[in-house]
Amino acid sequence: MTVNDFLLMRHELMLVAIALILLITDLMVKPAHKSAIVPFAIALFAVQTIVGFLPADEGVLFGGMFKTTPLISLMKNVLNIGVLIILLQSWPWVNKPENREKMSEYFILLFSTLIGMYFMISSGDFLMFYLGLETATIPIAALAAYTHHQTKSAEAGVKLILSSALSSGILLFGLSLIYGSTGSIYFDQVAAVYSNAPMQVLAFLFFISGMAFKISLVPFHLWTADVYEGAPVNVTSYLSVVSKGAASFILVLVLYKVFFQLFDIWQNVLYVISVLTMFVGNLFALRQQNMKRFLAFSSIAQAGFILLGMMAGSQMGMTSVIYFILVYIFSNLGAFGVVAAIEASTGKILMSDYNGLYRTNPKLSLLMMLAMFSLAGIPPVAGFFGKFFLFTSAASAGLYWLVFIAVLNATISLYYYLMVVKAMFINKTDTPIAPFRSDSMTRLGLILSGLGIFVVGFWSQVYEFINSLSVGLF
Amino acid sequence: MNILSLFVLVPVLTSAAIVFTKNMKQTRLVAAAGMSVQLILSAILVFMYLAERNAGNTAEMLFTYDALWFPSLNIHYAIGVDGISVAMIALTGIVVFAGIFASWNMEFLSREFFISLILLATGVFGFFISLDLFTMFLFYEIAVIPMYLLIGIWGSGPKEYSAMKLTLMLMGGSALLMVGLLGIYFYSSPDGGPLTWNLLEISKIDIPVEMQRFLFPFTFIGFGILGALFPFHTWSPDGHASAPTAVSMLHAGVLMKLGGYGAFRVAIFLMPEAAQEQAWIFLILTGISVVYGAFGAIWQKDLKYINAYSSVSHCGLVLFAVLMMNQTAFNGAILQMISHGLMTALFFALIGMIYGRTHTRMINEMGGIMKVMPFLGVVYVIAGLASLGLPGLSGFVAEMTIFFGAFQHTDFFHRFLTIMATTSIVVTAVYILRVVGILLLGPIKDEHFLHLEDAKWHERLSTITLVLAIAAIGIAPLWLSDMINVSLEPIVNKISMAGFEFTGLF
Repeated sequence: MTVNDFLLMRHELMLVAIALILLITDLMVKPAHKSAIVPFAIALFAVQTIVGFLPADEGVLFGGMFKTTPLISLMKNVLNIGVLIILLQSWPWVNKPENREKMSEYFILLFSTLIGMYFMISSGDFLMFYLGLETATIPIAALAAYTHHQTKSAEAGVKLILSSALSSGILLFGLSLIYGSTGSIYFDQVAAVYSNAPMQVLAFLFFISGMAFKISLVPFHLWTADVYEGAPVNVTSYLSVVSKGAASFILVLVLYKVFFQLFDIWQNVLYVISVLTMFVGNLFALRQQNMKRFLAFSSIAQAGFILLGMMAGSQMGMTSVIYFILVYIFSNLGAFGVVAAIEASTGKILMSDYNGLYRTNPKLSLLMMLAMFSLAGIPPVAGFFGKFFLFTSAASAGLYWLVFIAVLNATISLYYYLMVVKAMFINKTDTPIAPFRSDSMTRLGLILSGLGIFVVGFWSQVYEFINSLSVGLF
Repeated sequence: MNILSLFVLVPVLTSAAIVFTKNMKQTRLVAAAGMSVQLILSAILVFMYLAERNAGNTAEMLFTYDALWFPSLNIHYAIGVDGISVAMIALTGIVVFAGIFASWNMEFLSREFFISLILLATGVFGFFISLDLFTMFLFYEIAVIPMYLLIGIWGSGPKEYSAMKLTLMLMGGSALLMVGLLGIYFYSSPDGGPLTWNLLEISKIDIPVEMQRFLFPFTFIGFGILGALFPFHTWSPDGHASAPTAVSMLHAGVLMKLGGYGAFRVAIFLMPEAAQEQAWIFLILTGISVVYGAFGAIWQKDLKYINAYSSVSHCGLVLFAVLMMNQTAFNGAILQMISHGLMTALFFALIGMIYGRTHTRMINEMGGIMKVMPFLGVVYVIAGLASLGLPGLSGFVAEMTIFFGAFQHTDFFHRFLTIMATTSIVVTAVYILRVVGILLLGPIKDEHFLHLEDAKWHERLSTITLVLAIAAIGIAPLWLSDMINVSLEPIVNKISMAGFEFTGLF
């Protein structure tokens, strides 16, 4: 390998190095100084995020197994931003006394899954894709069970690993059919010979079912709510934002690059799935009282919206998907950040606990309101632009009725997002959450997501930059 | 800097300044200062506009400014005004100004209240100056969402229910609207050139008729929901009744006009063929709005509900006129929007002031208000007379023009509906005079009312501004309708090019 090859893989190699450094530091450092690991890890990852944004080359490694383009680097950078904010927001929780023993594990596991996602997005064949997917999944299960002394957390871990195993099995079966019918696992070669022969369609259906598990699309969503509720809140936000984002990225890449000959078929499949996903996610979110479950179902519904962009099958479609995920990362992390901050300092997690929050913690409430508006797609925050562009993409493919269903769903979702706003601003209670001040790292994380919620929408260069890198169906 | 951009910038800066105020007195002072600037700007705009027209500038839109925003989707920040939007901006300026003074003693969370109120105004101003459908939609939604907080936090009665109902119904409307706008965008270039969101450019091409048939109902109903189109009007009585004074004023006075303006400017202007084909359905619906709203008002006991139903009736008349699709009726529709905006704002202001003193809005619990509060009583009578269409006040001018326009159709269907709609004038007289009789005249039923004070200076300022505007339009309607008429020509031309043939039910 030459230096240039190393540079092509810099995202992956750097993160592996960071994970190893943390592992070694954890062994070397005295127990009394262990808390220094947290800022150290965050600082290292901040460097990683910045380095990721340096201009990247295009290239292929390992005979086509691994490839990178500016578009793929961009996707990784989007994920990095999300992870960085999550790390900042986990500060009070990781520093809790009961997590002191295993705080470096949190970072190492998190980084390992991220490495898996990098490889998954960069994959040039189905083998690398599958390896990346598994590397990304297994550490998350360990993370979900991080506070394993709590039954719910342990249950979340087991549920996640079992349902992942099942979905991987389905996915693998699809991949084996693909290999059997085309004789290759390389994306380019598969794409060249793929047609709508029945077995290949079947293989595709297995593939999409497996992916639907990862993005928690209906009817493969049943694990989501329990896992989201049981896992520690920062892991939940990681699952709902980064994990979902990465899976959506690879799905759009594979659909556009490998299965483009099946465009008519996957458009119909996604049509049905997205309508189901939006309705089920929204209708179940309506009655949730636990904020984590609430956000879990809302994030299921959001995944349904993401599919709208994919269905366009055009450059505009891919742009709107990536752009929406970027917006979604900021909005959802804004919401999760507030939930995490409140849970870390008071242990409260129910929506009714938020009654009267504006009186005691106005800044948190305002951020939460912005995040809710952004998730609901209300201007002037970024969520409006994200949703609008997704709908524009779907309309460009002539799917007006789907757009109508989607916008109706956005209206339904507005109901429950407004319930949170109502709790904070309108409902009165004698026992509101007492005023508290978060630590500076949490605040930085919250400010970053708030800034993103505001800026990414108005600042059209973000959208245009993504658009300049995106591609349509080949 | 373009004068129109100031209409968005000033409210935003005012809201930003309010964040730094320390107590209610500072807050309301900043808000009043900002909105006074806005009112002066509106006046300047009217004069600048007239000067340009007198100087012979015949461009369709004046003071235009265009900046590319999202190049790949061809979204622009494109602004410009014609006579219609200038009139609407002036209306908004007056109502917002009056609204600030009507809520002068808002003590509960005053900063948040004024910020939300001014944000709402920002959306309305932005909507009226937009030439780009995307920014138009953006501002439309910005104007709707603060309503939730304004009603939910500062409202009265079943405020949470009303706020949620209003928000969801209006957002449902924008769901329909979005489909319509996206469809218009993707058919904005029949010859395969770049697509555009620009209203004027789209008006130069013809959207294929079969697409119009599909998109027109989405767009028209989408805007119509905000204009209280039957049967989607149900948010309006509840919302208005629960909202605090200034919000009712702004909402009935200005926000509902977004619906009428949009239905006219976007739905009918861009899709005239489909509008002609489908007008009969919506004419029936708006006819029902007009009559049903008026009859609904008769049965109400709560002053705000009376006025809310009356708004349904009057705003129904706007959409009714718009669907008549001739120049006189269009002119009447715009006049009606302005006239109703001023008069309903005045009504809600007065109701708020009376309620603030008597702590009831039930007309059967009150009486003899005129004796203890002569100023408020007299103004109430003026508002009532304007509402029932007394010559010399704005309501007469608007309704006469509408019915003249509507009667220009010679077929049975249109004439029948017009005659039905005119009955609303009689019904309006009934409920207005009934309220005046019970509420203002008659004996004082509650002795506590004897000690009530008449209007304070800020209340007088608020109401007199509105009364002056109503009287001005009533006495000298021509300068306004001339201003509107010139700007109607391109729209009427486009419609007549589409070939006027009524293919209705009868």
